[in-house]
Amino acid sequence: MNIVRRSFLQIAAPVGLAISVGFFTPAAEAQAQKTLKFIAQADLRILDPIATTAYITRNHGYMVYDTLFAMDSKFEIKPQMVDKFTVSADKKTYTFTLRDGLKFHDGAPVRSADVIASLDRWAKRDGLGQKLADATESWSATNDKTFVLKLKKPFAFVLDALGKPSSNVPFIMPERIAKTDAFTNITDPTGSGPFKMLKDEWVPGSKVIYVKNKDYVPRKEAPSWASGGKVVKVDRVEWLYIPDSATAANAISNGEADWWEQMPPDLIPLLAKNKSVKVDNIDPLGSMGMIRFNFLHAPFNNEKMRRAVAMVLNQQDYVLGIAGNPKNGKPCASYFTCDTPLASTVGSTLLTGKRDFDAAKALIKESGYKGEKIVIISATDQPIVQSQSLLTTELLRKLGLNVELQAGDWGTLITRRTSKEPVDKGGWSIFHTWLVGPDLLNPAVNFAIRGNGDKAWFGWPTDPKLESLREAFFEAPNAAAAKKAAEAVQARAFEFLPYVPTAQFILPTAYRTNLSGIIVAPMAFLWNVEKK
Amino acid sequence: MFSYIVRRLGATVVVMAVVAFIVFSLLYLTPGDPAAVIAGDVATDDDIKRIRQSLGLDQPFIVRFGTWVWSLFHGDLGISIFTNLPVTKLIAQRVEPTISLTICTLIVAIITSVPLGAIAAARAESKTDRAIMGFSVLGFSLPVFVLAYLLILLFSLQLQILPVQGYRPIADGIWPWLKHLILPSLALGTVYAALITRITRASVLDVLAQDYIRTAQAKGLAEHNILIHHALKNAAIPIITIIGIGIGLLISGAVVTETVFAIPGIGRLTVDAILRRDYPVIQGVILIFSATYVIINLLIDLSYVFFDPRIRY
Repeated sequence: MNIVRRSFLQIAAPVGLAISVGFFTPAAEAQAQKTLKFIAQADLRILDPIATTAYITRNHGYMVYDTLFAMDSKFEIKPQMVDKFTVSADKKTYTFTLRDGLKFHDGAPVRSADVIASLDRWAKRDGLGQKLADATESWSATNDKTFVLKLKKPFAFVLDALGKPSSNVPFIMPERIAKTDAFTNITDPTGSGPFKMLKDEWVPGSKVIYVKNKDYVPRKEAPSWASGGKVVKVDRVEWLYIPDSATAANAISNGEADWWEQMPPDLIPLLAKNKSVKVDNIDPLGSMGMIRFNFLHAPFNNEKMRRAVAMVLNQQDYVLGIAGNPKNGKPCASYFTCDTPLASTVGSTLLTGKRDFDAAKALIKESGYKGEKIVIISATDQPIVQSQSLLTTELLRKLGLNVELQAGDWGTLITRRTSKEPVDKGGWSIFHTWLVGPDLLNPAVNFAIRGNGDKAWFGWPTDPKLESLREAFFEAPNAAAAKKAAEAVQARAFEFLPYVPTAQFILPTAYRTNLSGIIVAPMAFLWNVEKK
Repeated sequence: MFSYIVRRLGATVVVMAVVAFIVFSLLYLTPGDPAAVIAGDVATDDDIKRIRQSLGLDQPFIVRFGTWVWSLFHGDLGISIFTNLPVTKLIAQRVEPTISLTICTLIVAIITSVPLGAIAAARAESKTDRAIMGFSVLGFSLPVFVLAYLLILLFSLQLQILPVQGYRPIADGIWPWLKHLILPSLALGTVYAALITRITRASVLDVLAQDYIRTAQAKGLAEHNILIHHALKNAAIPIITIIGIGIGLLISGAVVTETVFAIPGIGRLTVDAILRRDYPVIQGVILIFSATYVIINLLIDLSYVFFDPRIRY
């Protein structure tokens, strides 16, 4: 009997050990403490932050790339990869020197040639980049660490362009990658940023894995927005995509995720009850919703019709519609992000005055509106778009307009809005969207305000006056003059109405209380974050 | 039998060719432009035109279809427009979670539904039968996502014994793999179990009315013996058929479960690809689906031979 039992134990013990090892001690779990599990706002599909303006790709860019300059919380542009720079007395020559120790993830040093190739590619896609390119005579490399920008004429926005915080950000890539056509997606995520992407572990639609770039040399300054020391305090980041918000809320409640970048406001009460989770607003600028008209067809090719809509629109309704709670948003009657240096109320009485339906109806009559069908295109898979669309539809109905809401998905909306046909041939009259605060800081980056016709954003408004005022902004010699120029742009914008700002709102973030060091900024940066 | 299998496999090629043409045509006609999606919200007409050109989306239908078919003949399903990863890699990444979920769901469904269905048939019109049929109706009626959230609430948030979401490959260990599949399998398996329970009950009831069962009872065979060895085996064909159809449905139709539990399966890959108009991925996945359906149906047909010796091909 003993022999039988001993034999059994001789066999069972190693089998049991093997099973228990297989069952309970996977290597990855042992390292959980050094892994930051981050639920991102969207699925990362495109790795090229120059080929797309998608914010998720911009955020990926901040993980793996670095920039020459970066904006801090005081809206000042600070050197980032650049160690020092000089500007000639005539303001036509900029000489930049790179910091010591900058290396790409493949071990190659960052050279002037990499910078020039990267900026050349970026300037082919970005509006402000194109403006800089127009003013540029040449870029040249003095040596591997020093390069020179020569301008045809002084251009006050050189540093603003090189430190542009939002899409498209002038990220620096290796020359071999930056030589790719600007309209073709790059597939190699090699950068010189604080994290390295493990492309083999990337599962689109599920997760992206980054590890700390141990060769990265952070600046000495404290982090402030995208500037300062990018000190990585975790070994690994698992950037998760969880499409269902209830599941994401449960994951953060349960400790399966550490940080949820953007949560829908309706889940705030649920997470606020959990003492291990902090719901916070870390985005100081928020985002701005907007109504965009089609200027090619009736009725919104008529300024009076656009004014009639703006006269009755109540921004507070849109705040509640988008953010669900007045704490997470506010009216913002400015074409430049409220609470930033160029924001103002100049010309905004149309939005802030009495909501006068009678006057609006009289204006509609005056415009000669003949009952033409107004088609609002919407996307049910984008709550911010859909909530605005529903509110505008109701508003237009109250004005007695012939309005039809046509809702599909986001993919359909962004395709359909490219159509210049009238509504009876698949065109559209109105769509809604939103832009993050950094994209609306001034007339240089606010592309939606432009009135350059065929070359303008969808809706194609034409307004030479607005364009000339915008050009004047670029010529402003100093900050005070720039402020005045921006006010002039805004005053004209409130007359012409290239779009109607609907609300400024913040999508709150939620993180486990064992996280510290989260940077307050208009986008989620994952350096400086510590997990205890 | 061999010639039957060869004929069926030959038919598979024809089916897939027809599916390929229909899918390609439908996608061509469907509104949506991946170039616009790639360009992002902040883009101009010119940007989108340039991207469209660079992707070859400005080519005529026949050229695009021809290029795709030519690649297929070379075993290449193409490259995702967005991720620039090969479609085969994207599908391969999703195969393990999908097969794991399918197998676990089938296990949950079959081990509960076949015995319950047989018992309900054996105890027809009794309280047991009514209770089992009540479970079946509940299983049908309860949407998968509702059950999923209830299971998460109980097992993940209250008891904290199972994870809320995610998938771990089997290479990470049996338990991490299994614990991420228990709740999804229960949620998805309940509906499926309800269906098989009803089919099993109906099928076994039908068999129990046969003369040879009465003969077996007259011979004095034990009730469980009659049920398992005589009734259930002869009732197997409709049950096997419904299980086989279910496998196909599970592979393609587990989108809700995959979404609620954030499992990176083929269902979600398909929906994501449709939403962003990633044509090569949609085409590749549908081709794989159609091949899977045809092969599963073939296997079901072949399995009939083992359950009913009267069937010959």
